[in-house]
Amino acid sequence: MGSEDVYILGTRTTKFGKHKEHDTLDLATEATLAALADGGVTMKDMNIIAAGNLMGGAMAIAQAIQKACGQTGIPAYNVSNACATGATALRVAGMSIKAGESDFGLAVGVEKLAGAGLLAGGSRKQDGKSWERTGRYGAVAGVDGRIGTDIMPGVFAQIGMEYGHKYGGANFELFAEISRKNHSHSTLNPLAAYSKEMTLEEIMGDVMIAYPNTRPMCSANCDGAAAAVLVSGTKLKTLSQEQQRRAIKVSASILTSDPYEEACQVLPNVNTLTRVAAKQAYEQAGVGPEDLDLVELHDCFATAELVHYDNLMLCEEGGAVDFFKSGASWRTGSTPVNVSGGLQSKGHPIAATGIANVWEVCHHLRGEAGPRQIEGARVGLAHVIGLASACGVHILESNSA
Amino acid sequence: MSEQIPFINYLVLGDEPHLVASECTACGARFFDRRNACAGCSGTDFKSVDIPTQGEVRAFTIVAFAAPGIEVPFVSAIVDCGGTSVRTNIVNVEPSPDHVKLGMPVKLTTFPIGKDDEGVEAINFGFEPAA
Repeated sequence: MGSEDVYILGTRTTKFGKHKEHDTLDLATEATLAALADGGVTMKDMNIIAAGNLMGGAMAIAQAIQKACGQTGIPAYNVSNACATGATALRVAGMSIKAGESDFGLAVGVEKLAGAGLLAGGSRKQDGKSWERTGRYGAVAGVDGRIGTDIMPGVFAQIGMEYGHKYGGANFELFAEISRKNHSHSTLNPLAAYSKEMTLEEIMGDVMIAYPNTRPMCSANCDGAAAAVLVSGTKLKTLSQEQQRRAIKVSASILTSDPYEEACQVLPNVNTLTRVAAKQAYEQAGVGPEDLDLVELHDCFATAELVHYDNLMLCEEGGAVDFFKSGASWRTGSTPVNVSGGLQSKGHPIAATGIANVWEVCHHLRGEAGPRQIEGARVGLAHVIGLASACGVHILESNSA
Repeated sequence: MSEQIPFINYLVLGDEPHLVASECTACGARFFDRRNACAGCSGTDFKSVDIPTQGEVRAFTIVAFAAPGIEVPFVSAIVDCGGTSVRTNIVNVEPSPDHVKLGMPVKLTTFPIGKDDEGVEAINFGFEPAA
């Protein structure tokens, strides 16, 4: 469809974790300037900026970033798509390049989330002095905890259990094993919020949040930012040999929302929109799941990682349990998944996640991932889900011979 | 006897308490909330349908940690009631994976959650293990 190829020229994430001394703009600026430097360009080269930040209120984050590190008058797009916000920013900048409107684009996601606790399902207010119906379901008081759960660890627990019910073989221990893998992977990632190996007993014995998800099986709230500089294929040809060698081709950039299906307004369906996005991405990139050297997928909870093996077609339909048990998704396996440590251990500063996972993949495709390098990686996939719902899938390919 | 009202709009009280949904007359999609149009086909004509009071647990979680003011632990579940999915708590069962099972048959039950200052009692629903 588009006439221009899109490449990632530079990208960077900050360290994920608690940044007590740094505010949202400190983190966003650090990632932005580092990504520009990584690409060998400056703010003056950018033709568009797209940025997202979910917890900062009404602040126009894209303009705030410009005010912090370079006001050049370019169009600024503030995007919001829950946990898929970063991927959405990337896609907006990429579309502008694809359409021929921009040579260079900048995408940034940033979040201050350390110590935030549960992100959905607010405190229950005291019931009213007289019952009064509110909302589109006409409840007379708070529903969370009275008619099911609103909290994410509970919602995604049900999503994993639903898969277990459909196909069998998924139990507490299996989900905890998935978490053990990601915590183990994180020990090689110096930018991860947590990089501690955990035993199965430690994971299963930790504080239960929503069965079967214990605390280490939930994504880690933390602070962090990620940024990426995109460039058109035409422009890239005019840049240095070194820039061309390190550039990563965006072979597919897909964003989907959830199509209507029975039950999707009762329990979010994170499966169909991911499967549709994956299918479109493989088609656009001309690669298949078997070609992937590594995958960063949205393991917001251990129960979520399992279903996405299937949704991204890394295994046969219904085969996610066997796929995991075969060892395929460990960094030594046939399709390493979340070698960064994933959201459970690397951390999940929500608006940054959809760019941070792209950074991780690029890092490997450039052969710059140090001790955690997946040797010879040439093709990778980055996936995010934001509830209610948005799914971003990017397929990235090495540009060096 | 004090006045009783359903906790939520789609619960019908009376001798045989049950849930009701808005069903799109064009495509049959069912919704529990107030609708402007159908998410499946954009149709705007709906009829009210009764939902079976028996079902099976398709997914569940046992919430052990929730926002302040919410009693834990409780069992949250998605129950398949004859092809219509319902979000609910599973009640009258020990909140433990030894007692709540995927696929287990359950049936609708109702219970009071409290009275307001005028003495009006709100009645909520849940699903409990079916014998």
